[in-house]
Amino acid sequence: MRLGGVVIAVWAALSGAAFAEESATAIGDPERGAKMFKRCQSCHQVGLGGKHKVGPHLNGIFFRPAAAFDDYKYSKGMYAAREAGLVWDVDGLGNFLEAPKATVPGTKMSFRGMKKEQDRNDLLAYLRTFSDNPQDIPEAAPTARKVEVELAPEILAIVGDPDYGEYLSTECTTCHQTDGAYDGIPSIVQWPTEDFVIAMHAYKIKQREHPVMQMMAGRLSDEEIAALAAYFGNLE
Amino acid sequence: MKLNRRGFIGAGAAVAASLSAPMVMGAGKPRVVVIGGGAGGATAARYIAKGSKGAIDVTLVEPSRTYYTCFFSNLYIAGFRELSSIAHSYGTLASKYGVNVVHDWAVGIDRDAKTVSLAGGAKLSYDRLVLSPGIDFVDGAVPGWDVTSQNKMPHAYKAGSQSELLKAQIEAMPQGGTFAMVAPPNPYRCPPGPYERVSMVAHVLKEKNPTAKIIIADPKPKFSKMALFQEGWGNHYDGMIDWVGSDFGGDNVEVNPDEMTVSIDGEVTKVDVCNVIPAMKAGKICEMAGITEGNWAPVSGHTMQSRIDENIHVLGDATNQGDMPKSGFSANSQAKVAAMAIRGALTGSKVFPAKFSNTCWSLIDTEDGVKVGATYEATDEKIAKVDGFISKTGEGAELRKATYEESVGWYAGITSDMFG
Ligand SMILES: Cc1cc2nc3c(=O)[nH]c(=O)nc-3n(C[C@H](O)[C@H](O)[C@H](O)COP(=O)(O)OP(=O)(O)OC[C@H]3O[C@@H](n4cnc5c(N)ncnc54)[C@H](O)[C@@H]3O)c2cc1C
Ligand code: HEC
Ligand code: HEC
Repeated sequence: MRLGGVVIAVWAALSGAAFAEESATAIGDPERGAKMFKRCQSCHQVGLGGKHKVGPHLNGIFFRPAAAFDDYKYSKGMYAAREAGLVWDVDGLGNFLEAPKATVPGTKMSFRGMKKEQDRNDLLAYLRTFSDNPQDIPEAAPTARKVEVELAPEILAIVGDPDYGEYLSTECTTCHQTDGAYDGIPSIVQWPTEDFVIAMHAYKIKQREHPVMQMMAGRLSDEEIAALAAYFGNLE
Repeated sequence: MKLNRRGFIGAGAAVAASLSAPMVMGAGKPRVVVIGGGAGGATAARYIAKGSKGAIDVTLVEPSRTYYTCFFSNLYIAGFRELSSIAHSYGTLASKYGVNVVHDWAVGIDRDAKTVSLAGGAKLSYDRLVLSPGIDFVDGAVPGWDVTSQNKMPHAYKAGSQSELLKAQIEAMPQGGTFAMVAPPNPYRCPPGPYERVSMVAHVLKEKNPTAKIIIADPKPKFSKMALFQEGWGNHYDGMIDWVGSDFGGDNVEVNPDEMTVSIDGEVTKVDVCNVIPAMKAGKICEMAGITEGNWAPVSGHTMQSRIDENIHVLGDATNQGDMPKSGFSANSQAKVAAMAIRGALTGSKVFPAKFSNTCWSLIDTEDGVKVGATYEATDEKIAKVDGFISKTGEGAELRKATYEESVGWYAGITSDMFG
């Protein structure tokens, strides 16, 4: 059980129309949760104008069924979870954040899980503040994060050649699975081009620390990175 | 017959389009035979079939219906993995990619007629032949041992029943008993493999048989990731492991499988388990095809073509290619370069400059993983190292755990890259 019995009961009662009345603080500390969200924001946005990035935006997540957006391509695992009736209530979210892979087998969310219950509760309290009436979503987009690497517009503008990307990708698929499954090495399929390009450059200039990826990205040209982004970005 | 039109036109823009493509026109579909369904062969079969979308006829010859990966077989010995989790079948290669999988041994190659004979009597013709048969042992490498002794003194350097046998022997050791390993000389399959093996054996003994001892007789003065292993052995298995390198007589070894004794530099020790990993050479079929020089098959890094016969590509452990270690990762990487070159030659699809990489993870104890890796390019002379890295001594537990988890991800990645 993830929350105290009382709170669970409150939430159960709230799953109807009345839930919007309940304040986030019943779950945890949203201010501390805002800090916990740092662990999500490389992939997710919340807040006004939040867009789908590597993961879907998380505005209005509470009480929505899993895999609900039509304009975001989820993994087969996530669609199966929706079929099976998974709804993002406090329990559903809590389980998923604690152990993503165990809760939704085959998910492409490359996140190990948040082990501490208090951390999860605070994070959910924070997310809850973006799930009330849309007009309550705070004006200043709180996740407008600093861009990881400032790239020249010419680099971001390169249109990659997916055929070349396909050949280059064969070097990646010894580790990254083409179906996006996450078994310890992150999924890199169907990312927005810009996120992919920025992540690769962050390894290339050794701003992101990881010896394997620094080495792999280190010998890729700007065109090659764009080609890989184009190929993996559209991989079914 | 269907030629890959799009690829053929694209060849004009390619870096090194082959001129031999028209040769096969009108002669029916070009045929590729792949011998050996391991890290190199399965990957090559899959990539040629997948990339050519039916334009090339691909036959894979492999005697076993189940391939047990050597990678992670040490983790099986330690109890971190089930045997079934390192077993793979060829069903998807056949059903999804249209590879003809023939479960038989290749017993002869006629390079002039371009045919392969199988033990079952069949003969297969090829336009290109891919050989990825892995390794065999050099006869007489360890005095007293030959392959008929492998049930008494297992090598467990081809996975499956040998791994099961070694695991059972370790678990049956008497309290305070001795495990000996005879390590191989360079070059051999998986440079850190014997030392990961020792770590995993020590892991089992620490739990079940803490007074047991491990001796390694090594014909080398040093070994892969030595500082990392020795640090780890000190941290986790203090005093249990005695490594005798060539400077201390580790290269002067004789075994007696009937008596279960090992003699190191003249000193005879009675042991309970003896894991003999002899010197290696290319899988025998390479020698039979006449494409070896010394123990290995020399190849060009640009295409993985044999330096002796351009219709044959050799992959993985069997090759002499330059700087890459003999690993599953390397074989998989080389297979993709060969697949591209073969498709280019037979259907005129685009060819890009060869690129290779390798990373080898090793587990020292529970969640204590380390890795070493490098990238490579093809020069006219060899496959040459470009850049590399290695885990550091003194790394924190968190990083070591992340490294281990990555290796689990890699295992899932490479096996789906091999078998689909
Ligand atoms: C204990 C151990 C641990 C290892 N750990 C790692 C690791 O962590 N990472 C890593 O990258 N590598 C690792 N390796 C190395 C890896 O297993 C090999 O480098 C890799 O399997 C080589 O691929 P290959 O295609 O050359 O040969 P193999 O994978 O051995 O495949 C050869 C295949 O050819 C078949 N064959 C042979 N002769 C014939 C014939 N005449 N006709 C038909 N078929 C034939 C065999 O049945 C076999 O299936 C490890 C090896 C060992 C022993
Ligand atoms: C490395 C990128 C990454 C990180 C980090 C990450 N996520 Fe995700 N997340 C994803 C992806 C990709 C999906 C889509 C999963 C799928 O389709 O299987 C997803 C899906 C989700 C979903 C389901 C959305 C839906 O519409 O059904 C929720 C909820 C979620 N993430 C919450 C979080 C939270 C909270 C964090 C931080 C603790 C986090 N994620 C961290 C990538 C990430
Ligand atoms: C040897 C295994 C390996 C290979 C080969 C490899 N990667 Fe990675 N990759 C990893 C690991 C491990 C990580 C996680 C690194 C980290 O924690 O920063 C990663 C991370 C990434 C990320 C960031 C993922 C995220 O969630 O932020 C991208 C993008 C990526 N890799 C792309 C590639 C591309 C493109 C290639 C081929 C050119 C490639 N990788 C080859 C192991 C590999």
